[in-house]
Order: sequence, then C-alpha cells, then structure tokens
Amino acid sequence: MVVRTIRLLLGAPLLLAAFSAAAQLSIEITGAGAQRIPVAVVPFAGEQALGASSLTAIVRADLERSGLFRGLEVPPLSPLPNENSPVNYGEWRSRLADALVVGSIAPDKEGRMEARFRLYDVVKQAALGGMSLTFSKDNLRSAAHRLSDFVYEKLTGEKGVFSTLIAYVVKRGSVYELQIADADGERSQYLLRSNEPIISPVWSPDGKRIAYVSFESKKPVVYVHHLSENKRQVVASFKGSNSAPAWSPDGKTIAVVLSVEGGSQIYLINSDGSGPRRRIGTSSAIDTEPRYSTDGKFIYFTSDRGGSPQIYRMPSTGGEAQRVTFEGSYNVTPRPSPDGRVLAYVTRNGGKFQVALLDLSNRQVQVITDSDRDESPSYAPNGRMILLATVIGGRGVLSAVSSDGRIKQRLPYAGGDVREPAWGPFLE
Amino acid sequence: MRAIVIATLCSTALKFTAISAVLLFLAACQTTPEDQNASTAKVEDRKPGAKPGAQPVERPKIAAVDVTQGRKDAASALKDPGSILSKRQIYFDYDKFDVKDEYRPLVEAHARYLRDNPNAKMLIQGNADERGSREYNVALGQRRSDNVKKMLMLLGAREAQVESVSLGEEKPMCAEHSEECWAKNRRGDLLYGGEY
Repeated sequence: MVVRTIRLLLGAPLLLAAFSAAAQLSIEITGAGAQRIPVAVVPFAGEQALGASSLTAIVRADLERSGLFRGLEVPPLSPLPNENSPVNYGEWRSRLADALVVGSIAPDKEGRMEARFRLYDVVKQAALGGMSLTFSKDNLRSAAHRLSDFVYEKLTGEKGVFSTLIAYVVKRGSVYELQIADADGERSQYLLRSNEPIISPVWSPDGKRIAYVSFESKKPVVYVHHLSENKRQVVASFKGSNSAPAWSPDGKTIAVVLSVEGGSQIYLINSDGSGPRRRIGTSSAIDTEPRYSTDGKFIYFTSDRGGSPQIYRMPSTGGEAQRVTFEGSYNVTPRPSPDGRVLAYVTRNGGKFQVALLDLSNRQVQVITDSDRDESPSYAPNGRMILLATVIGGRGVLSAVSSDGRIKQRLPYAGGDVREPAWGPFLE
Repeated sequence: MRAIVIATLCSTALKFTAISAVLLFLAACQTTPEDQNASTAKVEDRKPGAKPGAQPVERPKIAAVDVTQGRKDAASALKDPGSILSKRQIYFDYDKFDVKDEYRPLVEAHARYLRDNPNAKMLIQGNADERGSREYNVALGQRRSDNVKKMLMLLGAREAQVESVSLGEEKPMCAEHSEECWAKNRRGDLLYGGEY
C-alpha cells in the first residue's frame, strides 16, 4: 500500500480541470485534510503510433475523478519506457510520485490491440502487479477503465467503479430517452426512446436488466428491460398506477408500488412477471419508494403515515414498520449504502432539497450536498460516490458527491434535461 | 267530419266483440288512430294477468329512446364549450387532496354522464407540482385522482368505468418555478375513452 504522503490543506474549494479532452468534467474538492495519492501514468510505448494515445489520458482522468488521486505531469521521455523497463525509483520519487504506471500497446495477430502494463509502488520500490488486455479500437475506453480499476484497487484496497455503467433519463423537447453510459458519462446510448415520461430506472443486481416506469400508456407501468437482448416486458400493469420498482438482492423479486386497491401501497412481484402480486404493506397512508436493505431482510420506504413524509423500514416479507428518520418534515428516497451501514436520502432543508446520510449505527445525520434541488441519489457499487440529479441554471444535470461529502463532480453535459440517475452494479 | 268516421268504424266492430273487451275497445277508440302505441297497448292489455294500471309501454321508452338520445346529446356535450362536461380540470391546493366545493357541479355532471352512459370509460390523471421526490409526487397525484374517483362513484359512476392514475410531476401544464405555476400543476385531468 502506498503511503499517502501528500496532504492538501485547503480552506477554499479547489477546482481542477479534467485532462481528458472529451470529458468536460469539473471536480471540486473541499474541506481540510484532503489526501490524494500522486500517481504518474506514463504514456504507453506505441500508443501514439496506433492512434490510441487517449488510453493513458482516460486512465489519468478516471483516477483524478475519483478524488483519491492526483495525476502528475510526466516529462517527455524518449524512448518511452514499457512494462519491462527497469524503474528508476529515485527519479520518480524526486518527482513526488507515490505510484507509477508504465506499459505498452501493440496490435495483436487478429488486428486488435493488446495493452500490457505494470503498476509500481515508488515509495516501497516494489512492483504491485500488472495486466494484459486485448480489445478492439471501439473498446479502447473499456480497456482504459479496466486499467483504472486495477490501479484503484491495488492502491486503495477497494474495487474501482470505472468500468461500471450508469443509467439516467434525458428529456429533450418532448422526447424522453433512458440512456446508458460509462460511469464517466461517456459513450451514452439510449435504451428506450418515448414521447412520454420515463422515471425510476433501477438496475438488477446482475446488471443485465433495468426496471423502470414508463408512462407510454398514459399511466405509470413498470417494465423490465433486458439490456443485451433489447427485449422488454411489462411486469406491473394493474388498474391504477404502477411505480417505484426495487430489486431484491437475489434479483428474483421486485418491490413495486401499486394503487390497484386504492392509495399507494407496496407489493412484491416476481421479476419475470409471473405469479400473483403480494401486498406487504397495510397502511392507509402513502407508502412508496421501497428499497431493499443490502442484506435483503428489510425494505426501506417513504410513508406519510405520521403526517409528513418520513422514511420507515419493515421486514421484506411484510410486518410492522419502524420509523427511521426523525429530523425535519420531509425525508424521502431511501438508498441504503452497499455495505448496509448508511442510509442516503433526500431531505428538505429550509425549502431546499439536499442529500443526507444517516449512519445507521449511531443515528448521526450529515447533509452532504448544498444545491436547491438535489434528488434521486444512487450509490456507486463500492459505496465511495453517490450519483444524483440536480438543477443548475434551470437545467437538470447529473453530479456526483463522495460519501464523505468532500468531493463533488458534475458529469459531462448530455444535452437536454438530465434526471433519474441509477448507478449500475459491478460487472463480471 | 273525421270523428264521425271513427265512430262508425267503432260501432261496426262492437258487433263482434265480447262485453269485457267492449269497454277497452271503446277506450282505444277515444285516442287518435295515428297513435301506433294505442293498438300495441290493446294487445298487451289483453295478456292474461296484465294489470290495467301498469303500463309496460314505459319499457321500450327507456331502452330505445332514453339511452340512444342521451348518448348522442352528451357525447357532443363532452366537446361543447358551453357544457360543463367539457370542463375537465380540477385544481387542488398545496398539500391538499380533497376536491374543493367549487368543483362539485363539475364532478356531479361527469358522474351523471357516466351513470347515464354505462359504456363510457374515464381515466383520471392526478398531477403534483415539481417540488420533492418524483415517486412521492406520483403518490400525491394518485391521492388526488383517487379522491375524484371516489366522489364520482358516490354520485353514480361504476367502478369498472373509472380508472384513477397519477402522472406525478412529470406532465406539468406550466413549466416555471413559481407558486402561480405550481398551482396549475396540482391538478386532476378527466379523460374519456378515445381521448387518451
């Protein structure tokens, strides 16, 4: 593990421009004691000749975006070192690098590209391992994200999320698109295009399906969309409204909110659309926004049974509900952290809607965003960052905040009004 | 002149009828001959067990006349700006879900239409203003449309005719971020079959 020697003591917000030409991303790091690991990502031998020089630029942008790394300027080196070159630790140490990535890229026999690299701990003067990746030119970004994940995991001890996908809804004029993109907002493509609203996309635990609510039949209906098969099915289209889908951790069950028996109540349905609906809530109030706890034992949900919307939880098979939030008069959209220790939610704070975190062990609440209209928080699968929708200049945009509230980013502008983000799971 | 001819025909017929039928036939003769119902009534009344006071004539009137006529008139009324049935919006106060008194005549008119037109179907779309969570706003819009539906049913609409749903904050009529605009978005829209 690299010793984090560089400490940035910052009183005021620091704005850093991202280095990838494509990503118009801003990163803001606030608060004292921000520690970022200085890492040197040396351009790979052969990448310029292959027209693949964006590879290391993407890696560097990925690492920077996490807020945990600082990409060092690398001086022009000739010849460029590769993964087999001896490392001059003293020289890299004098450039204040804690970690070093060197590698090469070359065409393979099938006309694809092969990248090989090694990661070094400059402080301990030790190799931390390496990898070889083959990919077509179209998948250069995927290769870069894999490489970033490797570096991130080796240096922080937790899995990186650079290779994961995000889903969100874009409204342009009267057209709505459910889009899928890389976690950095690049390579977006639409999964569904509609003339009616789409809300509440949520990924299946295996990342192969997305459940969402579409209003294409002039009322909310829940669909499950199979990503690679481009096939979708209606899973809840009962009389009245069908909304707020949430997957069980095993992917077999979806909790939904139906009004078929009056009001808005929580039911369970099979995720393949088979079998009957099972009602698990029994209140006469609004019960909505169900989310399974990480261990699957509970369902968190929003209810106004106490007079104002607050978050409650009940056993996931149904049963008595306990109130979870107490501060404030409007607490909605519960989102348990991947480790199950924290609950992210949206709280109304003097007329502003902001993301708060509730530590489930000591009941401490921390508001981690500061805009007026923050909504739909969605945890990265490693729990480090939270993606959310906000409104800037009257337009919906996505931003991300670290789970300690110190790092804030805005994702590249996707055109139109962007909302309803959902961060996908780790992919196999 | 015409009355004399009728009297002659009636007196001729009298020669061939039994005494009990005579009185009824005389009664029929008192109506004008153009009235087609008169001869129908005579046949009906001759059925065994028929009570002279209960007029089965009313039945065809309900089925054949009232329903078709009512349907025709009301269908055009749905689009007629002069008819209350063309009014389809019900607005709600902030954080309120009850149908205000000012909308009672509107709801009553639609309930009457649904009651009189059993084949008519209605979709009630509840809406909320943009503040707060999208899913919670779906639930708030649902509470509004459910309340309109309940009122329609109390006034004679049938469960199978009315579906209450919510569009949450997703289909605002007004896009500005002001109280004036939000008031227009806290709304229930009534749509008849064929309109959605």
